[in-house]
Amino acid sequence: MIPLKFDYEVAESAQHAVELLGQHGDEAKLLAGGHSLLPIMKLRLAAPTVLIDIGRLNDLNYVREDGDKLAIGAMTRHTDVEHSDLVKSECGILAYTAGLVGDPQVRHRGTIGGSLAHGDAASDLPGVFLALDAEFKITGSGGDRTIAAADFFEDYLMTALAPDEILTEVRVPKLNGAGWSYRKFNRRAQDWAVVGVGAILERSNGSISSARIGFTNMASVPVRASATEQALSGASVDSIAEAAESAADGTSPSSDIAASSEFRQHLARVLTKRALDEALSR
Amino acid sequence: MRRIKVTVDGKTHEHEVEPRLLLIHYLREVLGIGGAHSGCDTSNCGACTILMNGESVKSCTVLAVQADGEDIMTVQGLAKNGEWHPVQTAFHEAHGLQCGYCTPGMIMATISLLKEKPNPSEEEIREGLEGNLCRCTGYENIVKAVKQAAGSPVS
Ligand SMILES: Cc1cc2nc3c(=O)[nH]c(=O)nc-3n(C[C@H](O)[C@H](O)[C@H](O)COP(=O)(O)OP(=O)(O)OC[C@H]3O[C@@H](n4cnc5c(N)ncnc54)[C@H](O)[C@@H]3O)c2cc1C
Ligand code: FES
Ligand code: FES
Repeated sequence: MIPLKFDYEVAESAQHAVELLGQHGDEAKLLAGGHSLLPIMKLRLAAPTVLIDIGRLNDLNYVREDGDKLAIGAMTRHTDVEHSDLVKSECGILAYTAGLVGDPQVRHRGTIGGSLAHGDAASDLPGVFLALDAEFKITGSGGDRTIAAADFFEDYLMTALAPDEILTEVRVPKLNGAGWSYRKFNRRAQDWAVVGVGAILERSNGSISSARIGFTNMASVPVRASATEQALSGASVDSIAEAAESAADGTSPSSDIAASSEFRQHLARVLTKRALDEALSR
Repeated sequence: MRRIKVTVDGKTHEHEVEPRLLLIHYLREVLGIGGAHSGCDTSNCGACTILMNGESVKSCTVLAVQADGEDIMTVQGLAKNGEWHPVQTAFHEAHGLQCGYCTPGMIMATISLLKEKPNPSEEEIREGLEGNLCRCTGYENIVKAVKQAAGSPVS
């Protein structure tokens, strides 16, 4: 399997990538780790005529502390996030989930930015970034802008990125002791999630002050379990089982070879309960 | 066409390549390194695993142009002065192969795993090799080979 022909350009900086995108128009695509793009190009489901390689932009591979947030460069690879001491200590859910993406070889190439920009709701990280209320920094011909994760994912493989924009950084809050969990249900090692649930739980004086829950693969975009979140806000820790019952409310996940829509909703309820129980114990 | 310069198994090569040429095809067809196997072509089986700057990657999912300036190691570059690499010896002695098709990828993935985790538990070995499939399903002995290579007792 060989992709269709394309021209290849190497970006020297994020700004240069934006210029090249502007020059080549809609037929150009950025190439980060290539672990979503190249497989679909080999299957000829995508055939960009120009690839702009941002894989050499090492200055976009970083994890930094920024007050009560962590700033992570878009070209930071899954393996770097998984093994970063800073991410492990300040935002454990992200390090843990990055370590579940595909397999070691995939994590050695795939990037955080690529995972988000690809816009696949079956990817593990988008739902977690949504639950984290992350912010994404984007650079385009008109300068920089920042967008909330909740506004970024528009539809299956569609994001708020314009054709001449590049995602440069993601920002997530430090968890400051909040409990967390990510539960991924898949059938075999290395497989994508049938359903995944990321949960972040803040506690005070024995009750839950807030719960933030994001789903993988429950819609064409990552979504929050709003009914469960509301039921848990200010609630006693004993109300988790009951609140998890409403986890799938308002969702209509797709049916496919891995699971029916109903089974996905069942998984969402069960995994939400498990994720909340685990978050509570952390 | 684009000019690339790649170090493979310690030797530097320069070639004009089409941007769409996959690294696995560059290794096999341009450089004649048949030890890098192509199994599934769809990023799943890991037979094509090589080291890029010391880390395991699936060379069917990397363009040759992305390897420009990088350091590649294949199974054919492991032996030194006629002596096998310890991971090769361990696979041989622990019978970590049957037909041998998955073996180059298993060995390269193991080297990368042991670099990150010198003393992996059995669970860590199985998870560390989850990107590599063995069609002969010889996983038990593959895990034993990795344990032996890591210098831990083999049960
Ligand atoms: C065998 C296999 C198993 C996998 N399993 C999983 C899994 O279990 N869970 C999971 O979540 N993922 C999985 N993945 C996908 C993996 O996470 C990819 O690495 C990731 O989705 C894409 O990152 P990338 O850097 O490779 O992006 P690329 O493939 O290079 O790019 C993907 C898309 O995003 C665009 N893009 C990339 N970077 C930017 C940027 N900075 N700004 C704007 N646009 C950009 C590209 O133009 C392209 O359209 C798997 C992949 C493979 C091959
Ligand atoms: S040939 Fe590359 S993963 Fe199977
Ligand atoms: S030994 Fe035959 S595929 Fe693994």
